[in-house]
Amino acid sequence: MFPTPIERTSRAWQISYQTLLPLALILWLLPLIAVAIFSVKPDSDFANANYWGWPSSFEGFTNYALVFTGSDMPQYLLNSFKITIPTVIGAVTLSCMTGFALGVYKFKANIWIFFMFVAGNFVPFQILMVPVRDLTLQMGLYNTITGLVLFHVAFQTGFCTLFMRNFIRALPFELIEAARVEGIAEWRIFWYVVLPLMKPAIAALSVLIFTFIWNDYFWAVVLTQGVESQPVTAGITSFNAQYRAAYHLMSAGSIVAALPPVAMFFLMQRHFIAGLTLGAVK
Amino acid sequence: MAQASAAASRQTSWWHQNQQRLTPWLFLAPGILFFLFYVIFPIFQSFNLSLYEWDGLGKAEFVGLYNYEELYWDDAFYTSLKNNVIWLLLYLAAIPAGLFIALFLNQTVTGIRLYKSLFFFPFVISQVVVGLVFTWFYDPTFGILNVLLGAVGLPPVNVLGDENWVTVGIIVAGLWPQTAYCMILYLTGLNAVDPEQIEAGRLDGAKGWRMLWYIIVPQLRPATFIAFVVTIIGALRSFDLISVMTNGGPFGASRVLSFYMFEVALSEYGFRMGYGAAIAVVLFLIMLAFIAYFLWSMYKEEKAR
Repeated sequence: MFPTPIERTSRAWQISYQTLLPLALILWLLPLIAVAIFSVKPDSDFANANYWGWPSSFEGFTNYALVFTGSDMPQYLLNSFKITIPTVIGAVTLSCMTGFALGVYKFKANIWIFFMFVAGNFVPFQILMVPVRDLTLQMGLYNTITGLVLFHVAFQTGFCTLFMRNFIRALPFELIEAARVEGIAEWRIFWYVVLPLMKPAIAALSVLIFTFIWNDYFWAVVLTQGVESQPVTAGITSFNAQYRAAYHLMSAGSIVAALPPVAMFFLMQRHFIAGLTLGAVK
Repeated sequence: MAQASAAASRQTSWWHQNQQRLTPWLFLAPGILFFLFYVIFPIFQSFNLSLYEWDGLGKAEFVGLYNYEELYWDDAFYTSLKNNVIWLLLYLAAIPAGLFIALFLNQTVTGIRLYKSLFFFPFVISQVVVGLVFTWFYDPTFGILNVLLGAVGLPPVNVLGDENWVTVGIIVAGLWPQTAYCMILYLTGLNAVDPEQIEAGRLDGAKGWRMLWYIIVPQLRPATFIAFVVTIIGALRSFDLISVMTNGGPFGASRVLSFYMFEVALSEYGFRMGYGAAIAVVLFLIMLAFIAYFLWSMYKEEKAR
């Protein structure tokens, strides 16, 4: 193991490491800690320029309650879920199929189709912006959740296909061969042999895509406007315009907006990291 | 009746013979169609659109390369391009920074798992929130940055209001989640480093920096490659932070191509779709150099398998 395991080093370094660790963490998360403290402060603290001092009273409940009752935040949150969950289902379903096709079958166009998905996934969004917005307008889906979901599903299919295909390539191919010898139809091989083995990949992709889509801001701004369809990332900016300089409310709102992917990460941590680091080890 | 069943059986047998050839295409069809319509065709449409002057509603007027000629004389374009280069260069700092945090955390003391996930935290949060948090961090009246600067006797800086500092300030905010991402890549990579090679290196008297450079870093190549790919893409896609933190300001000093393009095509500055598309094409061509390199590396690897 590198660096040298701490238990094999000098006593002095062991002690300094144990003290450095929490210090480094606090320093690293300082901006977030500040926001968390802001969100439980009373309004008067900001008026009295008590920015970094201890909250003069604990107003966490009042502030968070106001975010939920006094603003459009609940609607934005609901929109985010309505956008994120169908996208996850759509992109994972499509990529299970494309990944299966590209991972199992050998045919001439295979690598080129694969590269099309990979290259498309790297493209800067801006080159798609005007045509995709126009397409969405023409389909009558501008400023609808459906319009946003359709685009997200299509775009995420690129990354998901890369992921699924590489995952399927690493499965034992003998299983598929054996099933073929038994004369099992190809779609049954997909459904009964390969799909059950893909469960970890499906879990990993789901949490990843959930986070990516929840945190999307660009497409939310390009394809939607207004409370009825915008997700929480776009909503937080109008929320901030509404509560300009009300730092306690802006902080509470930001924390609420950030919470779902954070919860997802902590619940599904193993899958999340497995997904992100696929390919980081040979 | 008999005829129908004969036809059916002929059909099944035709299906049987061609099953293995046709199945992949059936599985690919929905994914490919979606991807073509929303990703591949729009790329070409943008190229085409960059030759037109179009407000998004009326009739598009063909202007040839005029939009590109206008770009050539546009100062805001050069500011954006320069900032893109700064983003690319400084954003790469996430890779060594992530490696060092990973090395720092690659221990087995109690609670280290929780430490690792808390260090990873910034990556999970939306860039919109990160931007907001850093805007307050830099705030000239109450931001912690100036509190800290004051504590060591330095004069206050209005990072986001200063044309010379604003881009660096935004990049630092972007580095926060990006470093966390690189860290997690390297932590996974370090897990897989061959312990025998380390022991062999120790026997040969290698330690510290030399050990890191000659024995550890070469084994982390796959992690470094991915870190490089995601950092480059992240740098060229930077939009959210700029939009939230400065909206391109002050006086357009923090624009990058992706933001300028949006401004030209979809904001109150006007609906110049063609001009926006021309900017997007330039950004795409910069990206294409990297995409070609990434695909080439992947292709070599596929061949080697």
